[in-house]
Parts: sequence; C-alpha cells; structure tokens
Amino acid sequence: MSALLEVRGASSGYGSVTIVHDVSLSLDRGELVTVIGPNGAGKSTLLKAIFGLLPITAGSVRLDGSEVTHAAPSRMVGLGMSFVPQTDNVFPSLTIRENLEMGGYRRRGDVGERLLEVLSLFPELKRRPGDTASKLSGGQRQALAIGRALMLDPAVLLLDEPTAALSPARRGEIFERLLAVRAEGVGLLIVEQNAREALAISDRGYLIVDGRNAHEAPGPAMLENPEVGRMFLGLEEPRYGDDASPPAGAP
Amino acid sequence: MTEIIHLAVIGLIVGSIIGLGAMGLTLTYGILRFANFAHADLMTLGMYLAFFVVGDLGLAGAAIGPFSFGWGMIPAALFAIAGVALFAVGSDRVVFRPLRERGSGFLTLAVASLGIGIMLRAAIQMIWGPAQRRYTTGIHEAWTLFADVKIKPDQLLIIALTAASAVVLYLLLYRTRLGTAMRATSDNPQLAEASGIDTERIRLATWVVAGGLIAVAGIMFALQSQLRFNAGFEFMLLPMFAAVIVGGIGNPWGALAGGLLVGVSQEVSTEWIDTGFKPAIPFVILIATLIVRPRGLFGSTI
Repeated sequence: MSALLEVRGASSGYGSVTIVHDVSLSLDRGELVTVIGPNGAGKSTLLKAIFGLLPITAGSVRLDGSEVTHAAPSRMVGLGMSFVPQTDNVFPSLTIRENLEMGGYRRRGDVGERLLEVLSLFPELKRRPGDTASKLSGGQRQALAIGRALMLDPAVLLLDEPTAALSPARRGEIFERLLAVRAEGVGLLIVEQNAREALAISDRGYLIVDGRNAHEAPGPAMLENPEVGRMFLGLEEPRYGDDASPPAGAP
Repeated sequence: MTEIIHLAVIGLIVGSIIGLGAMGLTLTYGILRFANFAHADLMTLGMYLAFFVVGDLGLAGAAIGPFSFGWGMIPAALFAIAGVALFAVGSDRVVFRPLRERGSGFLTLAVASLGIGIMLRAAIQMIWGPAQRRYTTGIHEAWTLFADVKIKPDQLLIIALTAASAVVLYLLLYRTRLGTAMRATSDNPQLAEASGIDTERIRLATWVVAGGLIAVAGIMFALQSQLRFNAGFEFMLLPMFAAVIVGGIGNPWGALAGGLLVGVSQEVSTEWIDTGFKPAIPFVILIATLIVRPRGLFGSTI
C-alpha cells in the first residue's frame, strides 16, 4: 500500500536557482514527520514545493496514490492537503471566527460543526471568537493558523516552523496540540528549527543538508545519532560556549 | 453664514458622489492591489449607458414625483450597472488577469488601466460626441431646507442613495461569506488561495461591486451636473483618489468619509477663493494627508 504522501526525487527552487535537489520522503496517516536541517538547507522550499507554491522541476509528488506534482495550492486543498506558512498565516483584520470560517471556505453546507470541533482543540481561541487576529499573541496566532488549516479536515497538514519565535512554554503547547491533531489520524509534515523538541515527539525525521536527503530515522533515534546531534542539534561538541556560536539549525 | 451652509450642502452632495465612486476604487485598490486609473472613465461609461436608455432609446418614461427623471431611469440605471460591471470584468479578463499571471507589479497594472481609460474615453466620444448632454431638460423646483438653503429632490436622492449603497456594501462585506472572502483576499491573497478560496472569483466579484458602485455614481454625477465624454476623468479622478488616500487605502468607509471631506472642502473653499482654484483643494488634502498621516485617517483595511 502506498504512503499517504509520497515525494520522490523532487527538485525545486526560485526561478533558475535550484534549492531542493532530488529529495524523497513519505508520510502516512496519523504520522508525525519532522524535517530538520541547517538554515538555508531548503526545508521551507521543500514544503512550499510539495504544496504547489513553488514549481517542482524534477521528481514527483503523490497524495493518497494520485499524481499531484504540478497541482496548484487551491487544488491541493481540495485533495486534502493544508499548509500553515511560517509567517503571515492568519488574516489579521478578520476575527478568530472569520479566520476559521475562511479555512473552511470550501466546505459544503454548515461549517459550524467543524468550527466547534476545531475550537475544542484550541480552547484559547474559544474565549473571544470575535477578537480580530491582529490582537492575538504569537502562540494564539499560531494556534489560529493551525486551526484554520484544519477546518477542511485535511488528510495531510504541512507546517513551516510552527514554533518559531515562541517561548518554550508556548512551544510545548503547540507540540501538544499537534499530537492531538495526529491522534485524529492526520498526517503531519513539519519543518522545525526547534529540532530536539520536534524529533522527541516525531515518528520519523528527515535531515536535509544543502537541499538533499542526508539522513532518515525514527525521531528519537535521530536524536541519539551522534553525527546528526553533533552537526545540527548541539548535543555534542561544539557545545554552546562563551566563544562558540550555536551550530546552524540548532534549537 | 447661510452661504457657507449652502456651500456645505452642495459639498455634501458632491462628496456623496465622490465617496460612492471612491468606495469602489478603494475596493479594487485593496483586493486587486493596484490603482485603477480607468475608474473615473467607468463612471463616464455608467452615465452614458443610462443615457443610452433614457436618451438614445427615448425610454425616459413619465416623471417620478418631484424628481427630474422618469421611470425609465430605473431600468436605465440597472442597464448601466450591468454594463459597467461587465466592462470591468471584461477588462480584467483581457488585460489585468494576463498581466497578473505574468507577475506584473502595481505600476504595470496601473499604467495598463490608464490605457484602458484613454480608450474608453475616446470610444465614448466617438459614440456620443463631444457635446454636453443631459438626461432631461427643464427647470425643477428646489425645496427650501431653511432660510435660503435649498436642495433639489435629485440631490436629496443622491445623498440617500450613497447612504443606502454604503449600508448594502457593509452588509455584503461583513454579513456574507463572499464579503468575508473579499476581506480575506484583501488581507493576504496567497493565504486566501492556500485556504481554498477561489481568489480569481473573488477578484471578479470585486470588479462587479466596484463597477456597480461607480455606475451609480456616474448617473448621480450626470443628474447633479451633465454628461460629457471626459466628465469622470476631468472632474472626479483626482477627488476620488484623494478620498481613497485620505480614508486609508482599501477602507471603503474611510473612502466615503474622505469623499465627503473632499466634497465639502472644495465647495466651502469657494467662499474665500476663486471657483477656478476649487480643483486644487483635493490636491491640498491629498498632500497634507500624505505628510501628516500617510496611512489615511482610518487605516488601510476593509
């Protein structure tokens, strides 16, 4: 049986500049997969290319067995894939309720029932649904962005650095919510800079270096891999010291 | 003092026309993300399409109560609204959409709209000629508001229609799914698309709404003044842009308020300055806004 999301030998980039080279990955239902790598490795580019925001110049993307390599984002959404960008991921002048309703724009019939289900996942949004998104804190805004993306009951949810710029406490909350989303059977593909925390809860992890697959392993196993740890997670030398800057991509 | 109040009332009428046109202009500015310089010529198209029905086809109909026009103005207005909306949608399909798909920026789209405006103006002149026209002729009685301040029934209708249009626009934007999607697209078109909103359909809806509003504004202009092939471009383009910027780009309520401010200011100013300098007032307001409050009086959001 094929994976829910299957990326094979994908290349992509901006204009004539190729950032992602021949990358392959897969994701199953109810699986949480994290992509880590140094800054500029092409992780976000990969996510955008999968969702159709950037052209795929080589390779293929299959969603639930269907070929979707060159599908536009609007089609991807219809096929069951949602995307949460790292920034500008909510409609700032719309209220919380309106943001969620827009997430469910393509739903036929009443969105009210799904709205309540999504709000039950994010109680902090439930309190004042009439507040505009521009007034929300970073954590609340991220919760709203994820909630918006869940409104269409996606099979696959792509998240670009969902915990960037959040405090450790807020990061923990977001990861908890992502586990709850996974428990609903959604396949989650996450690009994360807070790699240790993300890998600890991930079923599998991919390490991308210079736009290419460098390593793949179960999340916790990846944490224990000395090579990965040394290079990207700051677990071994060089440690963060007085005279050493953190390695690129370290949390 | 009575004279100033009289001028302010005239300003309110002119401002209503500017404001109504500016609401459509700011919508296209906010959602389609460019300054549509053809907007004023769409206004001229609206006034002439109504003239086609009541003048060229001779379907003016019997007079409606105290107004200067007859029952034929109702189908004429509907024809003008549909015609301008259709022209706006057509120009998007033929010109703006291909440019958008090529990734053209704000300036390219704005210059293209300038070209559409020139072509439209020339076409109107070719069809209806350069002479000034009116929907109806004759003297129509004005009502006395108080003292020597008078207002014609047509002018009261202009103010009432602008208020009604603003309410309808509010209901559309804040009480319908389409309106929320229009605001979402104005906020962040990429995210709207990634949320599954058909942003091309939203853009079409925006053209229809803006086209309808400017067609009504065009008919109002012709009722208040007269028809001329370059009426919109010459008398309304700058005041509408001033209203949009004063109110905050993309903010329809700001545009309406801006229109009223521009209208009243330019009319009241004639108490102290020569009428010939009146068109400079929107410039002054525009420049003052850009210096003091560049985001407009009410901020840049729908």
